[in-house]
Amino acid sequence: MRKGKYGVHGGQFIPETLMNAIIELENAYQRYKDDEQFNLELKSLLDEYAGRPSRLYFAKKMTEDLNGAKIYLKREDLNHTGSHKINNVLGQALLAKKMGKTRLIAETGAGQHGVATATAAALFGMECEIFMGKEDTDRQALNVYRMRLLGSKVNVVTSGTMTLKDAVNETFREWTKRVDDTHYVLGSVMGPHPFPEMVRDFQSVISKEIKEQILLKEGKLPDVVLACVGGGSNAMGAFYNFIDDHSVRLIGCEAAGRGIDTEQHAATLSKGTLGIFHGMKSYFCQDEYGQIAPVYSISAGLDYPGIGPEHAHLFDTKRAEYVPVTDDEAVEAFEYLSRTEGIIPAIESSHAVAHALKLVPQMKEDQIVVINISGRGDKDVAAIARYKGENIYE
Amino acid sequence: MWQQLPDIKGRIFMSRIDQAFNQKKALIGFLTGGDPSIEKTIDYILEMEKAGVDLVEIGIPFSDPVAEGLVIEKANKRALEAGTTTDSLFGMVKKIREKTQIPLVFLTYMNPVFVYGAERFFKNCQESGIDGVIIPDLPFEEKEEVMELSKKYGIDRITLIAPTSQDRIVKLAKPATGFIYLVSSMGVTGVRNEINTDLEAIIKQIKKVSSVPVAVGFGISTPDQVKTIGAVSDGVIVGSAIVRIIEEHGEKADAYLYDYIKSLKDSLKETIALELS
Repeated sequence: MRKGKYGVHGGQFIPETLMNAIIELENAYQRYKDDEQFNLELKSLLDEYAGRPSRLYFAKKMTEDLNGAKIYLKREDLNHTGSHKINNVLGQALLAKKMGKTRLIAETGAGQHGVATATAAALFGMECEIFMGKEDTDRQALNVYRMRLLGSKVNVVTSGTMTLKDAVNETFREWTKRVDDTHYVLGSVMGPHPFPEMVRDFQSVISKEIKEQILLKEGKLPDVVLACVGGGSNAMGAFYNFIDDHSVRLIGCEAAGRGIDTEQHAATLSKGTLGIFHGMKSYFCQDEYGQIAPVYSISAGLDYPGIGPEHAHLFDTKRAEYVPVTDDEAVEAFEYLSRTEGIIPAIESSHAVAHALKLVPQMKEDQIVVINISGRGDKDVAAIARYKGENIYE
Repeated sequence: MWQQLPDIKGRIFMSRIDQAFNQKKALIGFLTGGDPSIEKTIDYILEMEKAGVDLVEIGIPFSDPVAEGLVIEKANKRALEAGTTTDSLFGMVKKIREKTQIPLVFLTYMNPVFVYGAERFFKNCQESGIDGVIIPDLPFEEKEEVMELSKKYGIDRITLIAPTSQDRIVKLAKPATGFIYLVSSMGVTGVRNEINTDLEAIIKQIKKVSSVPVAVGFGISTPDQVKTIGAVSDGVIVGSAIVRIIEEHGEKADAYLYDYIKSLKDSLKETIALELS
């Protein structure tokens, strides 16, 4: 397989202006990814600063309530900054520093990746600018303030659909303007090579830990690993070290918004077709002329019309399954986990919890399901209240 | 055409794009197809030709034009809202070809080509009378996506070279056909007050390995810029400034476009006069 290709997917579909920057990044990543010193530094940051390893928590009450398989929650929500995003950001920021870059830029949807990037920039003493769609700055106002507090500039994107896709467009535009001192910290397993591979590697710590932890606790591998997918970074991280363990079912939960039979969803693998966009060949929600569709989800982090190329490949080869989960189901799961386990999951992660609510009761007692709780739900509380028709101050 | 071979009687075939650069500096104009309507795009192309444009780039509107600045991005949106599709643009090109042989080049992102079906796209380019395509998000590394098809249907795939291309210039320029699009400066399309790239040095490097004409684009809008850049290159590309006139005057931009293009053309002619004197 050619480098950066996953079956037919992946590649480097970017303007010539960025090609040397991408090649420079590719070379730097090759140089450092197996470098002992780099990995020691990264491990120390992940452990001491981000709080790894994250817990694999046995959800006893939920298990009893659903009366099927045993449920474990991978607590990425307990990481510093509140989500799995920090795993990738610390890796990329450290790499950027080694490359002599002094400025970080990033897109963000829900704001979690933006907050993580702003955090790393503060830690490394780097300049930082975040691009976020206006729809999202409105529904995630708290995260906007956090990014500013951390010393970053937040650029409100008013082009296109004013969501994550447009934030990615704008960050690419900014990178084209200024590549010499700037690294684009792409937040998901998408975009041109080497991003899908690099982000997956930095996130694969999730499945590495799940495997060690579950073997210690249960002495066997899980039967199912569940994760939500937008671009797909937490899912790729949770799946990666299980890809060769064929007994483990890998299930990605896509945002079905108001339902995949409506126009308002972001369910790329359920409804999308093959295309080339944002630097990669993959599946996209689009029309017959290749115009990217305006997508919708209650979750700003899953509100994206594409999916990372490695997921597209896992889908093609049927190694992973992808299921749609609606807003209503996600909100119900958000409330369920809060009430049942005292854990408020991000609305993104709630999509994975929602599928567990359907799947677990059909499974056997001696089976094990791991749900990746990719982030915490504090940021979503006000939006969920609004969804339920209640107005509260953030 | 992608190759210049003498025909049976020893004549060198000259494509429409070759003619745009033949014995002159080419003035290349860009507009977004279907902005504000297909009918007006036809009028505007003919009007610009009358005013002295040598080649027209027609942008196929895309939902997410990542290489464009705000002006052209907005034009893309207007054209899509007016119902423009890849098919309606092929229909438009056929109509234009009934009236003029001016070289026409499509500027499109990769996704509209790929989803339309690359073979169907290039076949329709040939049948309707398109001479070349510029695909900004299809770099050298991914050229296989369309390389064979563009050759099969005789459509020049225009090579882009950027100020950051450096060690890549030779590799990019060598196989180039039609013309080479030299990006004047970093960033996206849009009017700029200053262009600081050492264009002359880059063009010198290109000329060492390629005889294909080099046109410079991105940020060029004034007659003075056209003169300065025309002096070191084989052609200049003006986009955002044209699109802005269309944005401002909508369906009634004909005369404004004529005057503007004429002023650029006159300026470019001065460059040539200077070189000859």
